[in-house]
Amino acid sequence: MSILQDLIFDYTLRNVALGCMVLGIVSGVLGSFAVLRRQGLLGDALAHAALPGVCVAFILTGLKTPVALMIGAAASGWIGLLAINQLLRRSKIDSGAALGTILTVFFGFGVVLLTVIQKSSAGTQAGLDKFLFGQAAGLVEEQVLTMAILSAIALAIVVALFKEFKVVSFDSEFAQSIAIPVHLIGSILSFLLLIAIVVGLNTVGVVLVSAMLVGPGAAARQWTDSLKTMIFIAALIGTLSGLTGAILSVTGSKIPTGPVIVLVLSAMVLISVLFGKARGVVWAALRSRRRHLAESAK
Amino acid sequence: MTAALAIALVALATSSACALCGVFLILRRLAMMADAISHSILPGLVAGYVYSQGPNLVTGFLGATASGLLTVFLVETLTKSKRVKEDAAIGIVFPALFALGVFLVTKFFDNLHLDSDAILFGVIEYSPFDKFLFGDYDLGPKSLWVLSGLVVVNALFLKVFYKELKISTFDPQLARSLGFSPSVLHYSLMALVAVTTVGAFSAVGAILSVALIIVPPVTASLLTYRLKTMIGLSLLMGASCGICGYFLATIWDVSVSGMIATTLGFAFALAFLFAPDRGVIAQVLRRRRQQTRFLAEMLVVHLQSHEGTKEEAEESRVEHLIAELKWPEYQAEKAIGVGEQLGWVVRHRDRLALTEDGRRTANVVSKR
Repeated sequence: MSILQDLIFDYTLRNVALGCMVLGIVSGVLGSFAVLRRQGLLGDALAHAALPGVCVAFILTGLKTPVALMIGAAASGWIGLLAINQLLRRSKIDSGAALGTILTVFFGFGVVLLTVIQKSSAGTQAGLDKFLFGQAAGLVEEQVLTMAILSAIALAIVVALFKEFKVVSFDSEFAQSIAIPVHLIGSILSFLLLIAIVVGLNTVGVVLVSAMLVGPGAAARQWTDSLKTMIFIAALIGTLSGLTGAILSVTGSKIPTGPVIVLVLSAMVLISVLFGKARGVVWAALRSRRRHLAESAK
Repeated sequence: MTAALAIALVALATSSACALCGVFLILRRLAMMADAISHSILPGLVAGYVYSQGPNLVTGFLGATASGLLTVFLVETLTKSKRVKEDAAIGIVFPALFALGVFLVTKFFDNLHLDSDAILFGVIEYSPFDKFLFGDYDLGPKSLWVLSGLVVVNALFLKVFYKELKISTFDPQLARSLGFSPSVLHYSLMALVAVTTVGAFSAVGAILSVALIIVPPVTASLLTYRLKTMIGLSLLMGASCGICGYFLATIWDVSVSGMIATTLGFAFALAFLFAPDRGVIAQVLRRRRQQTRFLAEMLVVHLQSHEGTKEEAEESRVEHLIAELKWPEYQAEKAIGVGEQLGWVVRHRDRLALTEDGRRTANVVSKR
């Protein structure tokens, strides 16, 4: 019972848990669309591409204003996205190579800017590192609030444009034929994905964001064939892994929160792939075995 | 050997080793696999160090290679189960293994000089196993030995399995019918990527070693269709950007690895824009040339269709072209200019006449 009490009354644990749950919901919902659109690795690329923007925002504002850093991250991620689209449109480079090139080059440039910042202001740079590499355990109320507001906006847009998102994710040619602005809707989805990424950078860091975006959606897909249900399950899985990770890491050990969340989430993905109600591997194997037995009994 | 020379040589060796194993990776469209492996080697590396109770080159390499191969295996198994698409499989497997690595670090190396920040940062260049920093004279040569060794290993691999790699990359079915095992080659290549990444990230960090593996071959693929030229160009680009990046970083006093990646990005952007055949500018120019040629073709067809009729005198007037074909004046002038240039039409004051060549072109075009 003490954990429950701590969750409500302990300032640190409450912030960490809330922050991780916010991330779980927003990344679960938006990641579901990314998984369906086969953009599983786009999140990873954009998370890395956010680094230069964060650095520039830091240099310009000179303060550790979370909102400025978030705007910088989103802007830089957006530029990365445009660059990836240009590479895919104007050359024969495959999507993996385009993602990888933009990811590494942007990140490398960000590292350069990071050293510039390090030189000019030695003490303040630690905060910047935390922004990028995750600081779930050090989340303060202000950040959690900012993350929650951003996520609420993103989720409201998803609710408002749900039908459009659905059609574009499943059958963009059909969407085009019924006069849905496919390009615009795709851009809005990518922008919302960026919001989830920014929230994720704050919490689990640049490397693990990818799992938070892909994991819940990929796991939820195993339980249902309906998009709405899938999104609800994804949000649930995201929230649960966020909460469990936060509790385990804050109460149990010195292990950082981000990796614990991702490990819990990975376990959920594994369980879903094996036992998911709609597509689980185990049920499929049992079914084919039963069919086999029935046939041999004839 | 001075410190600066040692560092420049390490930059050279790292970029060469990476570029060598990157070529076939890019041709097989596995760029993001390199990114995944660069992160997922962490648990294996840590396990290797746990086994040898401290940083050790051999156990580290073995462990890292094992977890690199585990990554490939897990991604393939998930993809083949048809429950998860490949991109999602990669996107979940490598963070999971990376998280496991961070978990192992906290569990076993907590007593080492490890502040919690270093783990939270999550980037390997900050990790405690980074014995080698650019600028550290003492360890420079050791890293140089490792990386030069990797250059040799990668070059030998390409040399020995060149034919097999080439056939299985460009024509997997032929490879299978000739009896090569595609998966053995695939896993060998992946093991090579894992080993190269381990060697490289002690020098340039995980994500930037990926830059060195994929950006040079991607750039080279914009510049040539020939495999051997592509390998050569990748090496050249990796090496020159490695050296340039190092010197620029020294001049501006910024991160060497970051500067190398930035230089690579700059070179890539140049190739993307200015590549002779496939660059953006070449494409734009080609399209424009095609457009004006098309105008000139329309012009000769128009002139030919009225040749010998009684309207000819009227139809071949420049103003009439503007009126009937609804061409703006500049477009008409352009078409006429190109037509004259190609020797298809001649202009007498405001009248146009076809040449022999122009008639032939008109015939070809109208039959098209």
